[in-house]
Amino acid sequence: MLGKTANGLYWMYRYMERAENTARLIETGQRIALTRLNQSDDEWKSIMQSADCFAGFQAEHDEITRDVAVDWMLRSKDNPSSIISSVNAARQNARLVRTAITGDVWEAVNSAYMVLKKALARKVSERDLPRVLRLIRHHAALVRGVTHGTMLRNDIYDFARLGTFLERADNTARILDVKYYVLLPSARAVGTSLDNVQWESILRSVSARGGFRMEYGAGGGPREIADFLILDKRMPRSLAFCVSKLCHNLDYLGDEDDTGAPSRERVGALRSGLLSKSIEDIFDYGLHEFLQKTLEELSGISGQIEQDFRFYA
Amino acid sequence: MHHRLALCSPAEQAFGMSEKPCFDEMWGRDAQIRAPYQNFFDWFDQEDPKRLRAKNREAEELFRLTGITFNVYGRSEAEERLIPFDIIPRIISGSEWAKLSRGIEQRVRAINAFLHDIYHTQEILKAGRIPREMISQNEAFLPKMIGVDVPGGVYTHIVGIDLVCTGPGEFYVLEDNARTPSGVSYMLENRETMLQMFPELFSKNRVQSVQQYPIDLRRSLAACAPRMAEGDPTVAVLTPGIYNSAYFEHAFLADQMGVELVEGHDLRVIDGRVAMRTIHGYKPIDVLYRRVDDDFLDPLNFNPESQLGVPGIMDVYRAGGITIANAPGTGISDDKAIYSYMPEIVEFYTGERPLLQNVPTWRCSEPDSLAYVLDNLEDLVVKEVHGSGGYGMLIGPTATKKDIAAFRKKLKARPKNYIAQPTLSLSTVPIFAKAGLTPRHVDLRPYVLVSPDGIKITPGGLTRVALKKGSLVVNSSQGGGTKDTWVLEE
Repeated sequence: MLGKTANGLYWMYRYMERAENTARLIETGQRIALTRLNQSDDEWKSIMQSADCFAGFQAEHDEITRDVAVDWMLRSKDNPSSIISSVNAARQNARLVRTAITGDVWEAVNSAYMVLKKALARKVSERDLPRVLRLIRHHAALVRGVTHGTMLRNDIYDFARLGTFLERADNTARILDVKYYVLLPSARAVGTSLDNVQWESILRSVSARGGFRMEYGAGGGPREIADFLILDKRMPRSLAFCVSKLCHNLDYLGDEDDTGAPSRERVGALRSGLLSKSIEDIFDYGLHEFLQKTLEELSGISGQIEQDFRFYA
Repeated sequence: MHHRLALCSPAEQAFGMSEKPCFDEMWGRDAQIRAPYQNFFDWFDQEDPKRLRAKNREAEELFRLTGITFNVYGRSEAEERLIPFDIIPRIISGSEWAKLSRGIEQRVRAINAFLHDIYHTQEILKAGRIPREMISQNEAFLPKMIGVDVPGGVYTHIVGIDLVCTGPGEFYVLEDNARTPSGVSYMLENRETMLQMFPELFSKNRVQSVQQYPIDLRRSLAACAPRMAEGDPTVAVLTPGIYNSAYFEHAFLADQMGVELVEGHDLRVIDGRVAMRTIHGYKPIDVLYRRVDDDFLDPLNFNPESQLGVPGIMDVYRAGGITIANAPGTGISDDKAIYSYMPEIVEFYTGERPLLQNVPTWRCSEPDSLAYVLDNLEDLVVKEVHGSGGYGMLIGPTATKKDIAAFRKKLKARPKNYIAQPTLSLSTVPIFAKAGLTPRHVDLRPYVLVSPDGIKITPGGLTRVALKKGSLVVNSSQGGGTKDTWVLEE
């Protein structure tokens, strides 16, 4: 496979994953706004921080309001992580790797682009928002589904998976980091209904509410939430799960020769670090510090993959 | 259902050389359905126009979804357009095609022999059949190719011959495309679309298949691999990149052949081979189907500004380390000035009379011809010798006095740059318009593959249609559309 193709696949799937994650974050923000427990638009600040697009927003806007924040994340061309920018970039990369993906995958990406371009051509009203967000999730699911159902399990697939899980791990770590303070033991004492909403919102923003309830019933507090999203290997958006997937896909890529050894080593170290820890260890170390370090390492691994597999040179 | 066909309007007739109304391939000259179209017409006549219109829209959606788009030069990067597709096929009988393909094969054989001769001993110049300066002063002549023995002896692996029809079985060659002819993806996708939309038509008509083209192309390219290739030759398609107007086609062909699609920055010369950067390091390429012009192929040997090519690829090529398809320098054979010598070229190399006719052509470099052209600008089509895509040409009968005056100046300033041809009375094939069937002018580009094993012509080719009433310009960049082209089994 060409280095350029590996690069295109990796980024195509990163951007598809990003579009979906952003949609879920907007949904969460909207939900919090609707509960009316939080009157200010502060929540949108942390939502945008989670989506890693707050700095850009600040440069363009003085005030945070729901409308402007949603529009920024949904359809701003100035925001490189907005849903429209992500879907655009995913399709552009799909065009670049047209020969590596199946016709079904290409059509799914292309139709996602065409449908969302139309749906996001104008400002989305509050009433229309749930429908549009659902549309985004459906199209992302369609791309994931045809990828799963039609692509050969070879190196092409491995790069698709690397992009998906790197983006997902990054997203989960960022969501946790923006909200880490509500999960700290000191916050536990507060125990107000506001905290319950905050915890719920974290779970919702990674589609983990159902899974969490299945596991912990009506119980479970911040400690369990952190454990679930960081260390639970069954939870498909947890750090441990995503990092394990990165490990496996890098292992498959190493079957032929030594290519990718440095990436494998770094991901391996990150994984064993996660596997050997309990959630208490992480709290003792400092949740925020741990998440910051993980984010840094994920970005380092991304750069290492680029280098090992000759994405650019 | 009653579908009326308007015959050519007087205005349209005026474009022609002759007084005859132009020939419609479905209706003939006397409004009688011609034999190859009979089956189709019977079906069409029974169809509800509403259903057909819905199908027409369906076709458009299908094209958008599969991404069969082209980028328009000079527009914003994001602009992707569809080439309009018309659902009425252009139908050619088996016997007509058999005759036509013999002529095409003869012509393509002659083109390859001519290229070999021109870059070696130049017998045709010694014999005085073509003036020496036609070659030596021609920008399309590539001195770097002199004495190079191309792998398999093939110069033009892929050729597109542009034909126009003026009457039953009367075809003229308008242009040879021996550099990097495009459009073959439309030939394939048009058929695919018709098969999906109207499967019943293909059980009623025995239409010769075109779908083997990508496999034939790959075999044909592999058969031209250089001697140093080991095992199954590695083939790749070289594209200028996703912003190129034909990127879709480059990706489509690479995909259909199952080979890599590469750009200049994926390639590098290593140990006398051209190699592509894979995730496991550099891997040599044996045959490169390039969709990049000669000038941009190698910044060390040609245009030093080029970012699209591979530095040093020409040196590897000359040393026999890679096959470039088509070979550099083939432009000398499809140059519009050389075109007028094609009858001589065919005769010189095949010893036979040309089976395909050339359009009569005045070379403005010759004083007598120039005088004639200047006197008759209103009736002629004047083209730039090196132009393509329908730009920079004058269509006398439709041009304004001002256009003609401006063009006269250009022509007088650089007569060598131009050739002139009469406006032929081009045939029409109906399109499915709002008012029903309406005749529009068409041309035809069959695709020809050349390998040491022989010449293969895909039955049919790409039919381009001028969608504007009376227009003779079929280029997609100027509002042309396409049709599926059927060659019936004998």
